[in-house]
Amino acid sequence: MIQVQAEDFDIGQELKKISSGNDGIGGVCSFIGLVRDFSGQQGEDKKISSMTLEHYPGMTEKQLAKIEDAARQRWELSEVTIIHRIGRLAPGDQIVLVMVAAVHRNAAFDGASFIMDFLKTQAPFWKKEETGSGVKWVEEKSSDVGSAQRWEKK
Amino acid sequence: MKVLYFAWLKEKTGIGEEDISLPENVTDIEGLIGFLKNRGGGFEKAFSDTSLVRVALNMEHVQVSAAIKDSDEIAFFPPVTGG
Repeated sequence: MIQVQAEDFDIGQELKKISSGNDGIGGVCSFIGLVRDFSGQQGEDKKISSMTLEHYPGMTEKQLAKIEDAARQRWELSEVTIIHRIGRLAPGDQIVLVMVAAVHRNAAFDGASFIMDFLKTQAPFWKKEETGSGVKWVEEKSSDVGSAQRWEKK
Repeated sequence: MKVLYFAWLKEKTGIGEEDISLPENVTDIEGLIGFLKNRGGGFEKAFSDTSLVRVALNMEHVQVSAAIKDSDEIAFFPPVTGG
């Protein structure tokens, strides 16, 4: 299930949705991304007061579906849930959920990690941070590009 | 052709979306960028450093060398920063 929404999500509910009546699942691995209260940028006031997320409707869903397909080709996954929030968020807010259910734990761990790494580099989302020094679009991190590239070596 | 702009490209150009007729001499995205830049003002600023600009053709990531036609949807945006 792929969902882009302004509303918050509840991981307990999401877990129930994929696991109830599905006794073949051996494990579920979840990653929940949160809005940090500090910015990586140089400046006097790095404290974030809010973050606004913009996306490209249509392309976002298309790219997330491609990433899920790629993960499913690589590992045997029972269920995949990807929820990404948009709009204005505050520090501490949940921003993204990747929940992967599989028969065996390694597929769940690796599948969730793979999906998250490619979400970071392929899904068209953009973050704008508001700090005491003003408003700034977040820049790409080379470490994120590296995280996605590591899957190509295997 | 539908052209979309996101994040700071939307702010610099001042528009999120527009319909344009592809000029005859433009056959790829690099050519389209040149055409848009020639408008001057915010467009010139938005495309002043194309190393900061990423492109999608019909909702797929592509390089600026990608060929385009009038029925395509092109989007310009900075490197993605979701998650």
